[in-house]
Amino acid sequence: MHATSHTGYAGHHDHDSHAHPTGWKRWVTTTNHKDIGSMYLWFSFVMFLVGGAMSLIIRAELFTPGLQYVSPEFYNQMLTLHALIMVFGAIMPAFVGFANWMIPMMIGASDMAFARMNNWSFWLLPPAAILLTASIFVPGGAAGTGWTLYPPLSIQMGMGMDMAIFAVHILGMSSIMGSINIITTILNMRTPGMTLMKMPLFCWTWLVTAFLLIASMPILAGAVTMLLTDRHFGTSFFAAAGGGDPVLFQHIFWFFGHPEVYIIALPAFGVVSHVIPAFSRKPLFGYVSMVYAIAAIGLISFFVWAHHMYVTGIPLTGQLYFMYATMLIAVPTGVKVFNWVTTMWRGSLTFETPMLFALGFLVLFTIGGLTGLVLAMTAVDIQLQDTYYVVAHFHYVMVAGALFSAYAGLYFWLPKWTGHMYNESIGKLHFWLSMIFFNIAFFPQHFLGLAGMPRRIPDYAQQFADFNVISGIGAFGFGFSQLLVLVVVFQTVRGGARAGSRPWDGAHGLEWTLPSPAPYHTFEDPPPFNQAEAHG
Amino acid sequence: MSHPASASRYFVPQPSHWPLVGSCALLLLASGAVLMMNSIANGGFVLIAGFAVLATMLFGWFGRVIGESEGQRYNMQVDRSFRWAMGWFIFSEVMFFVAFFGALFYIRVLAIPDLASPAQAALWEGFQDSWPSAGPGASDPFSKMHAWGVPAINTLLLLSSGATLTWAHWGLVAEKRSQLIIGLALTIALGVLFLCLQVFEYGEAYEHMNLKLTTGVYGSTFFMLTGFHGFHVTLGVTMLTVILVRVLKGHFTAERHFAFEGVAWYWHFVDVVWLGLFIVIYWL
Repeated sequence: MHATSHTGYAGHHDHDSHAHPTGWKRWVTTTNHKDIGSMYLWFSFVMFLVGGAMSLIIRAELFTPGLQYVSPEFYNQMLTLHALIMVFGAIMPAFVGFANWMIPMMIGASDMAFARMNNWSFWLLPPAAILLTASIFVPGGAAGTGWTLYPPLSIQMGMGMDMAIFAVHILGMSSIMGSINIITTILNMRTPGMTLMKMPLFCWTWLVTAFLLIASMPILAGAVTMLLTDRHFGTSFFAAAGGGDPVLFQHIFWFFGHPEVYIIALPAFGVVSHVIPAFSRKPLFGYVSMVYAIAAIGLISFFVWAHHMYVTGIPLTGQLYFMYATMLIAVPTGVKVFNWVTTMWRGSLTFETPMLFALGFLVLFTIGGLTGLVLAMTAVDIQLQDTYYVVAHFHYVMVAGALFSAYAGLYFWLPKWTGHMYNESIGKLHFWLSMIFFNIAFFPQHFLGLAGMPRRIPDYAQQFADFNVISGIGAFGFGFSQLLVLVVVFQTVRGGARAGSRPWDGAHGLEWTLPSPAPYHTFEDPPPFNQAEAHG
Repeated sequence: MSHPASASRYFVPQPSHWPLVGSCALLLLASGAVLMMNSIANGGFVLIAGFAVLATMLFGWFGRVIGESEGQRYNMQVDRSFRWAMGWFIFSEVMFFVAFFGALFYIRVLAIPDLASPAQAALWEGFQDSWPSAGPGASDPFSKMHAWGVPAINTLLLLSSGATLTWAHWGLVAEKRSQLIIGLALTIALGVLFLCLQVFEYGEAYEHMNLKLTTGVYGSTFFMLTGFHGFHVTLGVTMLTVILVRVLKGHFTAERHFAFEGVAWYWHFVDVVWLGLFIVIYWL
């Protein structure tokens, strides 16, 4: 559409006369949103492999009943670090990476609002990752409480717990700075004419996500600070003898923890809301309702936290309130699912890798959402709490939801970033292996949970053995399939068929008016905003 | 630069090593704190090194920003960005205090009455539902903090400091530099006085009232909430001092002075938190 107009907004930069650092110095000093976005994505992939290796240790141990390879203490450390690394080190940074790369290009800004602070947001992640992984090797080992860090167990742990607490503090600072940056960029840097209701949906999901992060990460910081002072300075927040209550920690933690679920899910919704219209060659159905649904999900997510605590002793009225409030979230979420499906209705669909991952997301995330509704029912949850049913549920949401959406985004935008088309056959192979092995790994866990297998235990009764073997095969298959991403990305960065400025004929938005690969500096001046490009 | 602060062009800062320095500082601080808390040798040195690197980073980074600001590198869009960012930063600080206020309310409304309920009598026989309370396991008597002594004076000090700061702002807008300097100096003095009285109050609590951080949940909530508030007052006084030094150097104009306003917002936020503390910690 703008085949000739892009050159005016790309390339030239008023800092060209300065010598920019090269080599490693370029990466540690950069103020460029594309560099920082790439660093976020690489960091998250490395963390994804580290956290994935930990999950394979877990599945290896569970392959047969009895204790085989690791001690129960080490098993607990692995499941704790697996969760913390996947949530804070892999999934969240992956979507921040997408936000860094795409938001300025989508809204016609030259960069993020605070380019230097942006770099700090990224460079805070390695110290946190060092603290988390190094804690395995200190006396007493890493935190072994599960990612929820519940006291009193977390009060009794060794110094690995302190390292986890400080890692959480640093990750929180990174998230808050990153979120302030994203909100400010979206609210203040849009090109003239792009009103909020004409903004690409990915930006809308990040606007709400950033709000959730700024509101919830300080709560988590408060919770772990109380843990720290209970551990070392004699306070009694979570000790009954001093008048405190361990359940208090659960309330504070989940007041952060439930918005955190949507912090991960909303950007995933945003990516899918770009990919599905592009490969349906139709505008997104129900843009306005999508925006309101995002806002509603964000708001309600602060009022449902105790559905994680049905069995920890809350009054019946509380249980009923949290049950109904939780089910209410299904309404805006359902709006989104129906809108995606309706977008595809009578579209001219093609099934390239991004679309495959988006469809995989749609199907599997819906399954995960529905098992979430099952768990929302107090009476059912009392049976299923802390069983593998819960594990299956949130892996459908986190892996098939967030991770599949991240892959959809990766394959969708890789041509824009590198200027090359990725290898479609390997991409499709990656999708189908992921899709099949994911379900082999996690679908049987529903049955295990319904049959009563508890989570977070390295051993189990004989009758669970068969499904655990199946799940283990799926997990190893899924894990090794992910190495294909490395092949695809290396190939695409190094060469391949040239990608045009708009490699997907159904894609719309300012980012597709730029050449591929996107020049180092884009939109030095605010570009004209064509109304037809709205609602990308 | 060929395009200083023109309205239509975006401002993107030069590459900078300060973020990496800041990350090293936090890694040192966290490692030092972990070592110290677990009584491992040399933790203190690591912690001090962390503070030193952090201070270097703060001086360098803020110095850079001040230089860019005074060099007219920031256009109105950057100014608006700063306003949004400061607002959201203060919101995040509010949420940090929400966690501790929430803990206080939960303990007073739910945890203490529950521990005193008949259902818990087998565990905690004879424990009475009352506030302040150090919990059923405590035997050491302690005294309660009263609202109408030092805390009331402190309330007065902070409220006055809000007024003097606004007066200083009027001076800045009206180009009356002496009013600006006197107002800022008064605000800083009131803040420092507040901190001195708080130190005195903590001393009284530890020496004469047997009220300590370890005095059950009353001690925990009292010292953690007022302590974090005091830490924020310290930050506020530090930032006000930086602003005063910049004013003495002739920085800021009647139109462009967001650094001053941002610190003023922060100071008022600290003020409002104190009012909440005064009501629910000292008074009720």
